[in-house]
Amino acid sequence: MPLIMGMSVLLGCQFLGELLSRGLAIPVPGPVLGMVVLLVVLLILGRVPDSLRLAGEGLLRYLTLLFVPAGVGLMVHFELIKADFWVLGITLVLSTAVTLAVTGKVLDRLAKRYAKGVGK
Amino acid sequence: MNLAALDALWVYLSGNPLLSLLATLVAFTLATRINRLAKGSPFAHPVIVAIVLLIGFLLVTGIDYSTYFEGAQFIHFLLGPATVALAIPLFDHRERVRRMLVPIVLACLTGIVTAVSSTLAIGLVLGARHETLLSMAPRSVTSPIAMGIAEQIGGIPSLAAGLVLLTGSVGCALGPWLFRQLRIEDPSVQGFTMGLAAHGFGTAQSFASLGAMAGAFAGLAMGLTGMVTAFILPMVVSLFGL
Repeated sequence: MPLIMGMSVLLGCQFLGELLSRGLAIPVPGPVLGMVVLLVVLLILGRVPDSLRLAGEGLLRYLTLLFVPAGVGLMVHFELIKADFWVLGITLVLSTAVTLAVTGKVLDRLAKRYAKGVGK
Repeated sequence: MNLAALDALWVYLSGNPLLSLLATLVAFTLATRINRLAKGSPFAHPVIVAIVLLIGFLLVTGIDYSTYFEGAQFIHFLLGPATVALAIPLFDHRERVRRMLVPIVLACLTGIVTAVSSTLAIGLVLGARHETLLSMAPRSVTSPIAMGIAEQIGGIPSLAAGLVLLTGSVGCALGPWLFRQLRIEDPSVQGFTMGLAAHGFGTAQSFASLGAMAGAFAGLAMGLTGMVTAFILPMVVSLFGL
């Protein structure tokens, strides 16, 4: 039963998330708000129940598989991708490189400075 | 058995959710094997290989995407609870997150603004179409969130999902090399950066090659980036006048 209990908690949080998202017209997808709901619950509870960990970590272990059906949807957009092929390719590579470099450098500097400041 | 019966059988099977579910799982298993043969090269990422195999399979058998998705939606559906489950690694590492809260939040905001505005700027300069541009904007966010955002700002959700996957494998290929060039050595910084720029792919790679701490930071970055981007992105897009 633990797997079913854990799955119920995850789906319950997603359900609350969807309710919040639709009900209050918040521009954030329901599952993301569900994640916030679960995090708040865990912080109040102070620990992760075994059943929830079983279901949650099982899903996260196969996270990459879950992307496949949506990814196959690329085949519907062959025309659009062919038309913008170089634009897409160059933009993806360049802007991913810029994002990695800027984020890494900023966090590296801040983490070092912050660690020093706290140490004083 | 005569040919007519086989025909009827195929018509039945190809329209049945069972076939697409089975094909998806088999393709993913094969793709994982191929990735192992390619020594874990990010260019042969299991997800990319599985998608290529499945598109090939659908084109050869003449099954269209909507028929395929009727079966595959059972797998797709699990993205929702999986997104919710990201709260678990976040909770596990709450102490370290609390200690590094200020640098993390600042780096997260800088990273998101860089990701979105560099994508839009480069795309605009190169003359991307309107809907392509809007589908590209949320590309560094994990795909369930990216699809939601794309839908909201007028992009194409399934194109956005595909671009998210490509971004993930590009990030995994570039990341380790860039970190060496920039002399970024702290595994938690590397992990966070990979999670921010390359979402689930970066998280999986960080867990595998940099260890559990880097993986947890990557997961944190992925969740945080997803949430914050959902709030910030519509604003940045309107700043660009799109």
